[in-house]
Amino acid sequence: MATKIEAEPPELTRRESGDIRRIVLTGGWLLRASRALERKADEIVSQGRGARAVVIDMSAIANLDTAGALALNRARNELIRAGVAASFEDARPEHQMLIKETAIEILPPPRAKPTNLFVDLLADLGLSVVGALREYYRGTGFLGEFVAAIGHILLRPRLFRGTSLVYQIEMFGFRSIPIIVLINLAVGAIVAQQGIFQLARFGATTYAVDLIGILVLRELGVLLTSIMIAGRSGSAITAEIGSMKMREEIDALRVMGLSPIEVLVVPRVLALMVALPLLTFIADMAALFGGLLVSWGYGDISPTTFLVLLKDAIGVNTFLVGLIKAPFMALIIGLISTQDGLATLGSAESLGRQVTAAVVKSIFMVIILDGLFAMFFAAIHY
Amino acid sequence: MSDHANAARQPATNSIKEIVISVRGLVVQFGEHRVMDGLDLDVFRGEVLGFVGGSGQGKSVLMRAILGLLRKRAGVIRLFGQDRDALPPRQLRALEQRWGVLFQNGALFSSLTVRQNIQMPMRENRNISQRFMDDLAMLKLDLVGLPPDSADKLPAELSGGMVKRAALARALALDPELLFLDEPTSGLDPIGAAEFDELIGTLQKTLGLTVFMVTHDLDSLYSICDRVAALAGGKVIGAGSMQDMLASDEPWLRAYFHGTRGSRLIGSLGRRMGGREPA
Ligand SMILES: Nc1ncnc2c1ncn2[C@@H]1O[C@H](COP(=O)(O)OP(=O)(O)O)[C@@H](O)[C@H]1O
Ligand SMILES: [Mg+2]
Repeated sequence: MATKIEAEPPELTRRESGDIRRIVLTGGWLLRASRALERKADEIVSQGRGARAVVIDMSAIANLDTAGALALNRARNELIRAGVAASFEDARPEHQMLIKETAIEILPPPRAKPTNLFVDLLADLGLSVVGALREYYRGTGFLGEFVAAIGHILLRPRLFRGTSLVYQIEMFGFRSIPIIVLINLAVGAIVAQQGIFQLARFGATTYAVDLIGILVLRELGVLLTSIMIAGRSGSAITAEIGSMKMREEIDALRVMGLSPIEVLVVPRVLALMVALPLLTFIADMAALFGGLLVSWGYGDISPTTFLVLLKDAIGVNTFLVGLIKAPFMALIIGLISTQDGLATLGSAESLGRQVTAAVVKSIFMVIILDGLFAMFFAAIHY
Repeated sequence: MSDHANAARQPATNSIKEIVISVRGLVVQFGEHRVMDGLDLDVFRGEVLGFVGGSGQGKSVLMRAILGLLRKRAGVIRLFGQDRDALPPRQLRALEQRWGVLFQNGALFSSLTVRQNIQMPMRENRNISQRFMDDLAMLKLDLVGLPPDSADKLPAELSGGMVKRAALARALALDPELLFLDEPTSGLDPIGAAEFDELIGTLQKTLGLTVFMVTHDLDSLYSICDRVAALAGGKVIGAGSMQDMLASDEPWLRAYFHGTRGSRLIGSLGRRMGGREPA
């Protein structure tokens, strides 16, 4: 079957007739010819230069498309600029139409001005500092809006979206249990192994139990869970709200007189604040169990001994220190990821950027917050 | 404009015509919901086929099935005489460069500017200089009637109609032989829609373009479509020239073309052409 794919390449031949130089075009002047199309168009210019008048004879052209016509127009314009009277001749009606349609004056796109690298660097630095401060300012404002929305809902409990809350708790809490159990079990086991291994040199293997109990309950359980949730649920929240923003769903909520903060943000943040303490508790248990297993197998500390030693090592306060932190971690993860979702602009790239930013910021803030809590608890000797 | 439409309107029975798209016995099903139920359709080279049908009847689904974006249950789809299921990937890729597609919602890449969107197919498939690509992009913008300053805008900064035009410019980037348009004039103002029709007509005449156009725009059907095919119940219930459609006794076709909107247009068109209102 004769298809256009096997069209011949563009060609040209030159003929002098008195004062006029004829350039006869043959073959397919198509975008499909790629580089050859451009080369041949340039050749028209080089062949035509120096003549008084050039006629570009189009009668023998096999095929022409818009790219070919554009290339021919460009060549002709260049010849005219060089002082040559160039014209097209004997084009078939459809080719004539193409030539006419593509004879537009194309202004070169404005090129960016070259700038000083050092100045650029300073400007970037300044912009990012201002950006960070703005971010902080907006974050505080967002916290305010959140609290106001909670207040509004407390005054009118009818507005409370219970179903959404339960659904979100299932998504963020229940479905995270397997991965939380798994990583905390592993971390508990690693801490136990290292504790026993290092303390064995002092003949103090049993203190490994103190190490596990205190480290896991005060710090590791809540920290690992928060980081995991920031990565798992925080990113999901940002992506979900961000794509709603992209498709004008947030605007649709607004024009219905609904507040996106009340409808979208409050249930998600509250769900995180309920789910994270529960997950932290599960994480603590998993880590202690991991420690118990390793102590038993690797350190010859029987489970009964482990539990007795653990009871001596920790108090209720050790356990509570970790748990108290959880809702605050949840609050900060929830606010950052919902706010970043709402700040998404129209493009897919912007969505990706917001999700990344939300996760990085959440994890960073979780660690900062943990440090602040450590200072606070140390100050009050809890 | 109508001169050209009449001149180009050839009887579909012309058997020498090359078939560009041939669909036979197409079945597409989502779960229990059968959208295409043994559909047959031919599109001939150089014609503009207008494809009509009620909302949700599966016009977009058919287009996606022809383009190979959907899995079909049964049937054969031949493009340029080649069965797409039987083609090795390399040839399929070559085949895919021979058509341009305008999706219903534009489907512009949201993180690229309009210029980059138009240059994307050129960059991937053709070896040409950046300068020529820039010029080509500006030309395509001019062809579809977008101002030059829209070249550096992001899709999110365009209006709905402008997105359609930019998407058409991208569909035309490789000067395709076959153009798929899904409701190209919806979302355009009447003047824009008329320009759009004119552009399609010009391209068809100058490039010998074959166009498969899903549309509800009766004006487009009249002014540029050589043939019209109508979809209902997963089958093509009628295909032929606009006259054939108007003369048809099929209830849905009667309702579609002779409903309030349809007959108003037919009436005015009849007066304009000095003809009799079709029965
Ligand atoms: N990906 C999909 N999954 C399930 N059903 C679909 C899908 N795409 C389309 N449909 C169904 O197929 C039918 C035809 O849809 P579509 O082709 O978009 O209609 P239209 O004719 O308005 O373009 C509709 O009933 C729609 O619900
Ligand atoms: Mg559709």
